[in-house]
Formats: sequence, C-alpha cells, structure tokens
Amino acid sequence: METILLFAPLVGSIICGFGWKFIGETAAMWTATGLLFLAALLSWIVFLTFDGTTEHIEVLRWIESGSLSTSWGIRLDRLTAIMLIVVTTVSSLVHLYSFGYMDHDPQWKEGESYKPRFFAYLSFFTFAMLMLVTSDNLVQMFFGWEGVGVASYLLIGFYYRKPTANAAAMKAFIVNRVGDFGFALGIFGLFFLTDSINLNDVFAAAPTLAETELSFLWSEWNAANLLAFLLFIGAMGKSAQLMLHTWLPDAMEGPTPVSALIHAATMVTAGVFLVCRMSPLMEFAPEATAFITVIGACTAFFAATVGLVQTDIKRVIAYSTCSQLGYMFVAAGVGMYSAAMFHLFTHAFFKAMLFLGAGSVIHAMHHEQDMMNYGGLRKKIPFTFGAMMIGTLAITGVGIPLTTIGFAGFLSKDAIIESAYAGGSMFGFWALVIAAFMTSFYSWRLMFLTFYGKPRGDKHTHDHAHESPKVMLIPLGVLAVGSVLAGMLWYGSFFGHADQVGKFYGIPVAEASAEGHGEEADSHGDTDSHGETDGHGDANDHGAAGEHHYVFAGKPGEGGLYIGKDNHVLEDAHATPAWVKVSPFVAMLLGLVLALWFYIWNPTLPGRLAKQQQPLYLFLKNKWYFDELYDVIFVKPALAIGRFLWKKGDGKTIDGFLNGVAMGIVPFFTRLAGRAQSGYIFTYAFWMVLGIAALVTWMSIGGGSH
Amino acid sequence: MIQADLSVILPEIFLAVYAMAALLFAVYTGKDKLAKPLVYATALVMVVLAIYVGSSSTGTTEAFGGMFVNDAFARFAKVVILLSGAIVMVMGEDYMHRRGMLRFEYPILIALASVGMMMMVSAGDLMSLYMGLELQSLALYVVAAMRRDSVKSTEAGLKYFVLGALSSGLLLYGASLVYGFAGTTKFAGIITVAQHGEVSVGLLIGLVLLISGLAFKVSAVPFHMWTPDVYEGAPTPVTAFFATAPKVAAMGLFARVMHDAFGHAVSDWSQVIALLAVASMFLGAVAAIGQRDIKRLMAYSSIAHMGYALIGLAAGTEFGVEAMLVYMAIYVTMNIGTFAFILMMERDGKPITDINALNQFSKKEPGKALAMLVLLFSLAGVPPMLGFFGKFYVLRAAVDANMTWLAVAGVVASVIGAFYYLRIVFYMYFGKDGEEMQSRGSMLLNGLLAASAIAMVAGTFTTLGIENAAASAAATLVH
Repeated sequence: METILLFAPLVGSIICGFGWKFIGETAAMWTATGLLFLAALLSWIVFLTFDGTTEHIEVLRWIESGSLSTSWGIRLDRLTAIMLIVVTTVSSLVHLYSFGYMDHDPQWKEGESYKPRFFAYLSFFTFAMLMLVTSDNLVQMFFGWEGVGVASYLLIGFYYRKPTANAAAMKAFIVNRVGDFGFALGIFGLFFLTDSINLNDVFAAAPTLAETELSFLWSEWNAANLLAFLLFIGAMGKSAQLMLHTWLPDAMEGPTPVSALIHAATMVTAGVFLVCRMSPLMEFAPEATAFITVIGACTAFFAATVGLVQTDIKRVIAYSTCSQLGYMFVAAGVGMYSAAMFHLFTHAFFKAMLFLGAGSVIHAMHHEQDMMNYGGLRKKIPFTFGAMMIGTLAITGVGIPLTTIGFAGFLSKDAIIESAYAGGSMFGFWALVIAAFMTSFYSWRLMFLTFYGKPRGDKHTHDHAHESPKVMLIPLGVLAVGSVLAGMLWYGSFFGHADQVGKFYGIPVAEASAEGHGEEADSHGDTDSHGETDGHGDANDHGAAGEHHYVFAGKPGEGGLYIGKDNHVLEDAHATPAWVKVSPFVAMLLGLVLALWFYIWNPTLPGRLAKQQQPLYLFLKNKWYFDELYDVIFVKPALAIGRFLWKKGDGKTIDGFLNGVAMGIVPFFTRLAGRAQSGYIFTYAFWMVLGIAALVTWMSIGGGSH
Repeated sequence: MIQADLSVILPEIFLAVYAMAALLFAVYTGKDKLAKPLVYATALVMVVLAIYVGSSSTGTTEAFGGMFVNDAFARFAKVVILLSGAIVMVMGEDYMHRRGMLRFEYPILIALASVGMMMMVSAGDLMSLYMGLELQSLALYVVAAMRRDSVKSTEAGLKYFVLGALSSGLLLYGASLVYGFAGTTKFAGIITVAQHGEVSVGLLIGLVLLISGLAFKVSAVPFHMWTPDVYEGAPTPVTAFFATAPKVAAMGLFARVMHDAFGHAVSDWSQVIALLAVASMFLGAVAAIGQRDIKRLMAYSSIAHMGYALIGLAAGTEFGVEAMLVYMAIYVTMNIGTFAFILMMERDGKPITDINALNQFSKKEPGKALAMLVLLFSLAGVPPMLGFFGKFYVLRAAVDANMTWLAVAGVVASVIGAFYYLRIVFYMYFGKDGEEMQSRGSMLLNGLLAASAIAMVAGTFTTLGIENAAASAAATLVH
C-alpha cells in the first residue's frame, strides 16, 4: 500500500506529462488528479491505522559502493505519516483547484497546451516530496530534497514568457543551492563519522557524536553541534529562514496553486521536517538548537514586520508563511518537535486555504494582485470571503483562552509560544508574541482591504468580479474544515500529556509518579534520569497535584521523534503561568483592534503614518533592503567574476588558445610536413640519416650510455 | 634432432613449399587464368595454417639451436598475420580482376611474404631475423610494383626498394655492431651480455641502428617517408595488405628484439622508442590533415597508429607488450573494414580516392555510411568504439610505467588526429553536393565492412578472448 501511495504521483506525472498527446488533455489531467486522490486516501488510511511502531519497507537496493550502502526504502513512522497526509491532501486539492484556476490563463495564447505540463509538474513535485518524507536514509532524502527543488524551479518559472518569473525561478534555485551545500556537507560529515547514511545508524551514533570532535575550517568543533548546524543550513534554505529567505516572496511569480502547494503547505516545511526527523541528533546538539531558536524567532519577527506594509496579496501571505515557519523552528529549537509538527500540520491547512482563497480573489479580479485595487468584495464573492475569513481566524489564532477550543492556528501557535517560554528562550517568546500581534494586524489588514470598504481600482474589473467555479470552491471548503477542526482533533496527540504524545509517536514512555519517581527511573536501569526526574518533580508542582506524569524513554531512532531524557519542555509548557498562555490571544486582539482602527474606522491614517514615518515605512516596504544588500555583496561580484571567467578566461584564454592551435599552429605544421614530403628519394634518405643522428644523440643525452 | 627442429617450423615450411609448388604449377599450366583459384587456394592454406598455429602446440619450443622460437607471442602474431593476410588478399581479388591486374604471382608473393613475416616474429637470432625480414621485404617490393604499366605503381615499388635497401643496410650495420660487442648473434646470448654490468657504447649504437631499421618497417617517424608514396602508388588491395599484416609482423619483430635481446636494457631503448612514438603520433595526425587522397590519408593514419602501438612497446613492461598486441589486433580489424570501403569507391567504373567524392554519401548509402562512421570514430578513438579501448590500453601501459608525459602526448595527438577522421564523417553526412560517387562491391566487401564495424561496437562487450591471448603472449616474451 505504501509503495502504491508513493509511486502513484510519479505514474500520474509520467502519464500526464508524456502521454497527454495520446489520451487527450483532459484525460491526462484527470489521471494525474485521480491518482493523487488515491494517494491521499491511502495516506489517510495509513495515518489513521498507524500504531506508532516504526516500520521499514525496502523498495529496491540503490547504491552499493564501498561501505556506502543505500536502499530505496520507506521509513514509516508517525512523522512520515503526518507528512504523508499533509502532502497528499493539499496536493490533491490543489490539483482539483487547478482545473478551475489554470483554465484560460491569459499568459498563453488560444490553443496552446500548457495544462498537462502544469499537472505533470505538480504530480512530479508530489512524488519528490513523498520521497523526501518517507526516506530512511539521507541520500534518498537528498534526492527528494533536490527533486522538490527542481519541481519548484519549474513551477515558479511556469510562465516562462515572463522575465520576472524566470528570474524568480533562478533566484529560488540558486539561493537553495547555498542551503543545499550545507545539507550536503552535513551528510558527508555524518557519513564520514558514522560510516553510514542510514537514519537508524546515524541516530544510534548520535550520543557518540556528541562526544566527538571534528576538525572543520581550521578549528575543532563538537561533531553533533557542527553537523546539526550544517543540516540546519539546508533547512534554512528550503524553509526560507532569515538570510536565505529572499527567494520565497519572489517565488510568488508562479501560479497561485503552486504557491499554495509548494510555497506554503509542503516544500517550505521540509526544513522543519528535516530538523524534526533529525531530532535524535538535535537533542545532542544544544548549541545548534539554540541557533535554530534564534534564527526562527528572528525570521518570525522580521517576516511579520515586512508583511505589515506589502500590498500584493500573495506577497503578504508569502511573508506570513515565512513568519509561521519561523514559529515552527522556534518550537523545534527548544526541543518541542511535536509542537513544530503540530503547527506544520495545521498551518498546511489554513495557509493553503489562504493562498487558494487569494487565488480565487485574483481569479475573480482578472489577475489583479494589488490589494489597493480591491475593496468591498465580500458581496461579490461571498463563498471565497467565508473561506478567507476562516483562514484568517485560524492564522491569527482565535479561540477561547485557557481551553483547547479554537481554530487550528490558535492551538498550535499557542503551543509553540508556551514551548518557547518553557524552553527558557525569553527572546524567542517575546519575538513570537510580538510577531503574533503583527500577524493578526496584517491578516486583518488583508481581509479589510480586500473585502471591506469601497471598491478601488478599475471599475470595469470590479463590475465583472465573479465567484469562482465549483472545482475551486470545493478544495476551499475541505481545507476550511481542516482549518477549523485540525487543531482541536489532534491537540492531545501533538501537545497533550506525555503518554498521549508518546503513544502517538510510538516513543516508549516511562511512567513516573511525583512520589515514586526513583524506583521508576531505576527500573529502566538508567541512573542518569534520577536527578532529572527530581527536577521534573518540581515542575510538576505547578501542574495538577498528584497526577501521574511521564518521561520519554525511547532510544534515538525509536519512534517518530526522539526526546532527550533531560528534555521536559512539554511538561513545562503545560505548566506555564496563565499570563503566558493568554499573551498570544491578547496580542491577536490588539492586532485586530489596530487593523480595525487603521482600515475601517480611520482609513486615511495608514497613508499619513507612512508619510510621517517615511524611513521606517520604506525600510519595511523594501524588505529591510535584504535584496539590495545581497545584490551588492554577492550578486554583483559573482556576475563580475562570471563575466571575467567567461570573456577573459573562457573566451580569450581557452578559446583563443584552441583556435590558435587549431587554425594557426597545426596547419602550419601540416604545410611543413607536406613540404618535407618532396617525392625525391634523396630527401627521404636524408631524413632517415637525420633520424639516426637524432636517435643516437637522444640516447647519449638521455643517459642511455652510462 | 633435425626432425624435431623441422616439426617446430612445420607451418613455415609448409607455406614455403606450397608457394613454390604453386609457382611451378601455374607457370607450366594456365598462368594468369589460374590467378583467381590460386588466390582462394592460398587464402585457404593460410587460414588452415592460422587455425593450426593457433590451436597446435602450447608452451615454448626452439629450433636450430635457438634461431627459431615458437612461443605464445609468435603464435599470436602469426595468427593475426595469416588471417589478415588471407582476408585482405581475398578482399582485393575482385578489384584486381576487374581492372585486369590480377596475376598469378600475386597470391604466391603474398604467401612468400607471409613466410617471411612468420620467420620475423619467431626469430631468435639476428641472422634468422634478417632472413625473415628480407624475404618479406623482397616480396613486398615486387607486389608494390605489380602494375608494371602504371608510373605511380612502379615509382612506388622503386622508392620502396631503394629506401628498404638503405634500411636493411642500417639494420645489418647495427647487427654487425651488436655481434661485434656481444660476441654472438643469438638473442639469448646478447641478453646475457647486456645483463652483466653496463651496456657498452658500441652495443648501444648497434641497438639504435637496429631500431632505425625496424622503425622503417613499421613506418615510424622519421623513417616513414616512403609510406604515403607507396600507399598511394600501389594498387589499393596491395595498400590494404601493406597496412595490415606486415605492420603486425614488424611490430612483433620489434618487440621480439627489444625484449628477447635487450630485455635487461629497457631504460636504454625505451626512451628512444618513446621519441619515435611521439614523433609518429604527431606527424601522423598533423600531416594527414592536409591530405585529400584517402589512401595517403590512411598512410598517415597508419603512421600515427604505429606511434600508439610503440607507446606500448616504450613502456617496456609485460602489460605494455600486451597493450601493443591488443592495439595491433584492433588496428588490423579497423583497417580491413576501412580498406574494404575504399576498394568499393569508384566513379564510372574507375576507382577514386579523393575524399571530396564522399560528400553527401550518407544520402545514397546510409548503411555503408553508418558503418564507415563507426570505423572512423573507432580509428579516432572515440568511446565506446573498440579503437578507444586500444588507445586506452597503451596509454594505461605508459602511465603504469611512469611515462605519464608520453600518455599525455598520446591524448593530445589523438585530439588533433580526430579532426581528419571526423572530417570524412562530416563530408559523408553534411558535405556539399558535388560529383557523385558510386560504391560498388561484392557481398564479401560489404560483409567485411559490416563485420568490422560491428566488431568495433561489439568489442565494448567482448573481444573474444583477444586480451587473454595477448596477455599470455606478452607473458612469454617479457622477462
């Protein structure tokens, strides 16, 4: 079943991409979509029937070279199962949605066939993504990693007649190379130290790595920290974290379904997945995870500030994605991988829906993307409005404080903020709370600018604004259900009590009551946990007295995640003070009120404020000048070097040399040889005598005669 | 005793007696009317002898006190010589017959030349070496001038004869010096002299002169000057013969003398041969570019190929000799196919050799053009054709023997040389429309062309044990 699930998208991609000429466009598209729905169905079956024990399924032997032995395998654990449903569900809905959205695209002339290509790319992307998430070794994961990169490149540049789309595609590809370089180095390092790239072996070796020193860049490093850091560099690229984030907003040049699938729900979360997948290594790399936390928090904050002033509807959501990814990394950084996965899971639903909703708006407005030309659309496209409203409620985190009732984002985002506090990262905590405030502001700003107020911009466009077809609305509806319920249904599994979470992920859990922890810990033969369970006991005082609580007792590689023995962020997060738990809600309310004030009650205020605070406004509007900075530091010098090597190195030196030899020197000798061939015997005999003289001389000089 | 000796050289005696008997028989009966049956009979005899030699005795046997050696090396060379000689002879029969130059002496001279070649590769003494060499050469001088009414052909024969005499003189002078300083003409004796202490200057000068004489036979630069003229002037079937069997024999003899007689002075001769190899490769590559006549072009091509084979010899190792033998076997196969094609080239019944005639040939005869493409790619050493592996072998031998510079030179020369092979391909496929050329040939020629081309491709997968045979041959030669 897993194999069918995995290869259905590939089959769909091949049939659709190569076979549409034989079976027709529509049939090809439906084949790809049908196969993806099949994959999605199987994924849900796998997810719901999965019992937590890790399974290995070998599909085929892949690389055998020296001690490097790699099979094409599936590692089926909870982490994989979660990613499976996220990927296949969103992907199948996006396929369906694309029937409507990609119909009559103005980028293409009448009669040009572009849709099967689009669907083939989408299916191929899904296949690569599934390869990534099901991999049981790092090389296969890298294959998937690069596969999604290629698919992303192809899809961003799908409108290949637009120079900006091509530039964006290249930018995404090149920026990702930077991250991939780190990822590849990390894989090499792991292979170098553990002599294996199979996840199980790497996980088992993680404790040893923590005590190993590795020489890198002229200095000694702790192996676990260094390798975790390198792997995170890869994750940073793919997940658009601060410094390597510049490609994500530009990637919005791709068609909107692509943004929903790749640049919101799935591919960009691969980095988070990687960090969670490598949790056994991360747990032994405290400095690297501290770095992850800081980068995540900075990204969440930075992207939110930029999102405040963007006017392109897709770019606002793109920055919002960037920011939300920062949240996930903070959670992973403080050791609360489960919360990261929780947010990844819920975020996939509501962010995909926001994008698809935005797509529906864009579709209705004839491919107008500037929110300044929207306004008052809620009557025109009520269903889209409803869906977007649900998405906004979810992303801003609306719910009832101190309970587990609320929209998906409410539960998962609060889980992360509590984890950040419990994990002891005050910087992370405050950055996330402020980011939550800004998230609320820009999300509502988007809603108010688009759906409320008076229509702005081209009157004709507004008159013709129309609701999207059913194929586009059904996916919105399905995702809306997810956005509402995903958080509440799985809260316990992702962020409940330790035993629930342990059971969900298949991590063995040791029961340890507050009183009798000593014996329990001993019974596991682990003397270390002694002192730690003591500390645990203290934390427990904040919680419900007398309640049994649990310690994760899995070995690295056992179960979907590995939670270190001294990692009790989960327990601590549940025991954070009430003000911490309420703070994101308050931030959300403040954001909402501010947005109301700015865009409903006093619509002239934003313009005046922007004039008044022009430097700050421009700073944010220009994305903190990251692109300009990179242009000066990296792009221009790289172009200069490239031009130098091309013109001077390749053109003048190499081509010049070869042309000189081929067209000057060789023909010269050819003429010479022709002249020597005079046809007279005496010339020939003379050459022979010369030859003997030369050979005798050569032998004498060459030391032949001693 | 004499009986044991005779049994060792039985194939040579048989072929010699056959040649003489056939000569007498033909002279007193049908003369030239018998030419055609004689060609086939001689070819049959040579094939049978090749099978006999290839399958008969194993191990090393000597005759006439070590003057004649029958070992795996000699047998390998003899099989290649006899088979290629027979094939090339049969291949040219139709061509010569149609142009009225098929004489009954032709197959007999080829048979005698083959006897000489078999003597050469089995020589264990400077005297038997010279005997074999002269027998071969004299037969070839006559064959080159077969078309007595053609100025070019007689000129070629005369040039070949005069220069060949000069080279024989050099060789004899070298042999006498070696005899003078070593006190013996036996290879086994010479090697013991070279073994003890330093090699005297006289012996070295003798060695250089010997090398010069042999280099003439393999047409290595600067002793190559006769090659283009003779290749061009001689009838095409004779050229095809020149390009195949005698080259193998001369290379075999070269290796025989170097390793059997001077095996302990490898460092002395290897640099000389390396120089010859480099000069041959580069001159062969550079000079061929200027040629418009495909026979002259093939002459320079063979000069360059001899340069590569000499790399294997220059390495001075067992693997080097193996590489040389493999290279020669592949070279002969490629040349048979290429000359089969050249024999078919004609316009209005007259043979043509201008490469411009090949323009747009692929439009007319796609199959033949493809076969020729494969052969030319193989000659140029483009992977995955067999010719590439031949080059790869000798280059590896050079690298293994710490002569990386020689291997690098070989690669550079092969890049230059690729130009003129590929130019022919270019003419065949993308050339301008010009005067058309017919390609007329028997089933045999077509079959040989196809088989040779197929071997170039199939050789990537199997070479039918040639490597193993060459390896065991090399093992018996190198001490």
